[in-house]
Amino acid sequence: MSEVVHAFTTKIPRWQPYVVPVDLETATEEQRAAMQVTPSNKGISPYVLTLAHDPESLTVRSPLFNLIMYGKDGLASSERELGATAASVVNRCVYCAAVHASRFISQTKRTDVIEAIFADGLDAELDEHLQAIFDFSARLSPTPPKATKADAQALADVGFSELESLDLVLSSAIFGWANRLMHTLGEPVAD
Amino acid sequence: MTLIETLVSVKPGSALAEAMEKRGEILRLSEAAHDAVLLPRDPGGLSYGLRAALAARMARQNHNEALARHYDALVERAGEPAIAPLSAPGTIAQDPRVAEIVRHADRLTVAPREATRANIEALRASGVTDADIVRLSELAAFVNYQVRVIAGLALIGARQ
Repeated sequence: MSEVVHAFTTKIPRWQPYVVPVDLETATEEQRAAMQVTPSNKGISPYVLTLAHDPESLTVRSPLFNLIMYGKDGLASSERELGATAASVVNRCVYCAAVHASRFISQTKRTDVIEAIFADGLDAELDEHLQAIFDFSARLSPTPPKATKADAQALADVGFSELESLDLVLSSAIFGWANRLMHTLGEPVAD
Repeated sequence: MTLIETLVSVKPGSALAEAMEKRGEILRLSEAAHDAVLLPRDPGGLSYGLRAALAARMARQNHNEALARHYDALVERAGEPAIAPLSAPGTIAQDPRVAEIVRHADRLTVAPREATRANIEALRASGVTDADIVRLSELAAFVNYQVRVIAGLALIGARQ
């Protein structure tokens, strides 16, 4: 019996859509292209099958997401993951938080950082460098955004270049996008 | 120049302008994403006017009036005068299907963390198809991304 996961966790749940995903067998050519279905890529996730209802968006979203999260140079990958995690905590996307907190841990071995964030949320106390990243991303995430010039200055104070700062804006903002899909179109379950 | 670049109005030759040039492909894809949710070839059950009005409303809920005015211009272009008032937060639609769409758009923008399965059931009960539910989510998700890119870059550009 599957149970819905409500608490933040680093154990990655399974994502289950509320809507009926596109059926790969009856998908249109445009939907198949948006999902990047190829002879060697037939294992399309329920999430991608759900987003295939809007193939025009999905076609653009996938490369945009990959460039922002996995692009070369600029901000360290683990710090992009921390920005993603901060947004996911604000928007309470348990699935997104699990995936990106796990990536942060696998790259940094800093289990303690994620434990603090999951326990204390926006009040988490981190070391200065990570605090600047977490606070900026978390304060950019509510509606309306609450980040201030002081939050941007804190990034410069811990040595962020303009390019690294830009990369952090992008990786937090793209989770303002991802959270609004993942958390509202389905739910995380533990099997 | 992309819409984000226009609205951030970064100082030419600054370190941030240089960084944005390095991320030019991301800015171009962001513009393509704008077109995919505001002006898709297949709008499904969400008309161009409704999409633009909701986008303007979302920009206002995020306190970005300049972005809202960009969407107001798209509302005007769509020529659906009955929809136009929805671009102001707090207004409600007469048509029950559109009213439910507006309610969900507000939730997606202001409090996505509170979304539940019941919201999706309410949309379905009002006659919104699953494909239109996904289209609506992508629209709200994109505008909220765009708002944050603009807000974040403005803060980075303003520091010394």
